[in-house]
Amino acid sequence: MISKDQVAHVAELARLSFTDAELAHFTTQLDQIIVMEHALAEVPTDGVAPTTQLTDTENVFRDDVPVTDGPSRDELLQNVPESKDGLIKVPSIIDKGEADA
Amino acid sequence: MNYLETDLHSLHQQLVNHELTAVDLVKSTMATIDEHESQLNAFITTNQKKALAAAEKLDAEGIPADNLLAGIPVAYKDNIVTKGVRTTAASHILDNFNPVYDATIVEKLEAAGTINVGKTNMDEFAMGSSTESSYFKPTHNPWDLSRVPGGSSGGSAAAVAAGDVLAAFGSDTGGSIRQPSAYNGIFGLKPTYGRVSRWGLIAFGSSFDQLGVMTRRVKDAAPFLTVMSGHDGKDSTSSQRPVPDFSQFIGQDIKGLKIAVPDEFFGQGIADDVKAQVEKGIKQLVEQGAIVDHVQLPHTKYAVPAYYVLASSEASSNLQRFDGIRYGFRAEDVKNLTDVYVRTRSEGFGPEVKRRIMLGTFALSSGYYDAYFNKAAKVRTLIKQDFEEILKTHDLIVGPTAPDTPFLIGANVADPITLYMKDILTISANMAGVPAASVPAGFNAAGLPVGMQMIAKRFDEGTIFRAASAFEEMNQYYLEKPSFKGGNA
Repeated sequence: MISKDQVAHVAELARLSFTDAELAHFTTQLDQIIVMEHALAEVPTDGVAPTTQLTDTENVFRDDVPVTDGPSRDELLQNVPESKDGLIKVPSIIDKGEADA
Repeated sequence: MNYLETDLHSLHQQLVNHELTAVDLVKSTMATIDEHESQLNAFITTNQKKALAAAEKLDAEGIPADNLLAGIPVAYKDNIVTKGVRTTAASHILDNFNPVYDATIVEKLEAAGTINVGKTNMDEFAMGSSTESSYFKPTHNPWDLSRVPGGSSGGSAAAVAAGDVLAAFGSDTGGSIRQPSAYNGIFGLKPTYGRVSRWGLIAFGSSFDQLGVMTRRVKDAAPFLTVMSGHDGKDSTSSQRPVPDFSQFIGQDIKGLKIAVPDEFFGQGIADDVKAQVEKGIKQLVEQGAIVDHVQLPHTKYAVPAYYVLASSEASSNLQRFDGIRYGFRAEDVKNLTDVYVRTRSEGFGPEVKRRIMLGTFALSSGYYDAYFNKAAKVRTLIKQDFEEILKTHDLIVGPTAPDTPFLIGANVADPITLYMKDILTISANMAGVPAASVPAGFNAAGLPVGMQMIAKRFDEGTIFRAASAFEEMNQYYLEKPSFKGGNA
């Protein structure tokens, strides 16, 4: 049984926040899904290698040269919520007055 | 133009003979879409102005007699980025996103002269089996408007089934092309993993995602897939293998074709009306000379749990990029940078996307990685081996596409696990990376479409085209037109 505290911890890792009511609802649903996942434990997998990709290749390299036919800086900034002088503007990392937080 | 009574070759002839201009075609396509939209909600964005400009340019240049695709209007699922045409993945977090580049398939298809008439509705970030998790609206099934079109490519499937467009493109991570194709009575093909570049597809589960094509007629899909396929330096998972002209497989007979029918695809949880239609279809394939063996794919029942861990884990990683900094929605009145991330994501993602991010983050987190992610990745190996073993001695695996026919809108929204089980027959092909299609297999007693799934060896889409076109020829289910019953939805 997954606990509400565990779900709150996972939410923090995933950069999501939930109200108490949402957290309770998500805990129930995630618990049901995780119970479904327990079926996997019945499968013997000793000595089985995991599959994490399906290409026939190991690594793909290209020459270390700049890409010149991509979008321009102006184009790349078109979808930025806030920018200044061709740079992406973000809020400060630390709240004002909470420098010791 | 309504595409229910024509096919690609006839349209092309009309364009070449100047019986029809590309501008006429775009205008009448737009008119049909407008006429249907209040009932279907198949589109998130239509692209009238740019589509007309592209058509005018083509008319001025002339439609080349040797290019079947020139001037043909098409639609793209809204997780395929289109330069200058809003692309949302049906999410609030991207509802103002205007891409500055085209997906490789869009680039290739436009270079071939197709015209983008719009972006179709879908489950948010392609997570869902009913198109009900779209931030914007649910899409309705043209065969019965009170029912879902399936998902996640539900808008593309409904648009093709309703005759809005001749072809639409979708993505398939665990069945998102095939299940809606089955629910809408159309042909939908998920190519081999690596056949088509995913550059410009908004990523969900990168080791599963593949782009494919949906059409009413099997033969109409072939030239589109030929154009879409091939290596792309921008997607290192795309294969260097040569691409055949897939049209060559249309109309070939199926004498001696070796078909495996897995017992697990006809087991518990598969509706009787679906089984009956598909069994009837398999008999017809035998009458045409195919050889059928009954086989076992013993790990099928583990496909859903393994998939939800693996695809959700990949999604939790892929969706980290949506943080309100570089594009999309950004939450307001935030107090610091972390607050931007958390508030943007919490307000921007819908419940199903959050559920999968949470599951994936959990499965990858310290202390749980081995029991969940790594275990599921090992089970994936066993599922893949089941398929490889059967396909060593058979050309095709055949069974139903979906366990049921379209369900009522709203019937399963509160129950994620029931919805996840809708993918039980489609997920395995993504686990193994093999090509798979849904082929129209008739209708149940209520007039709802049933789909037959055909799964082939890696890079052997040709055999699917061969068998699917032969099957289509025998039945001509495409002559049936959607009823749009249950209106005022």
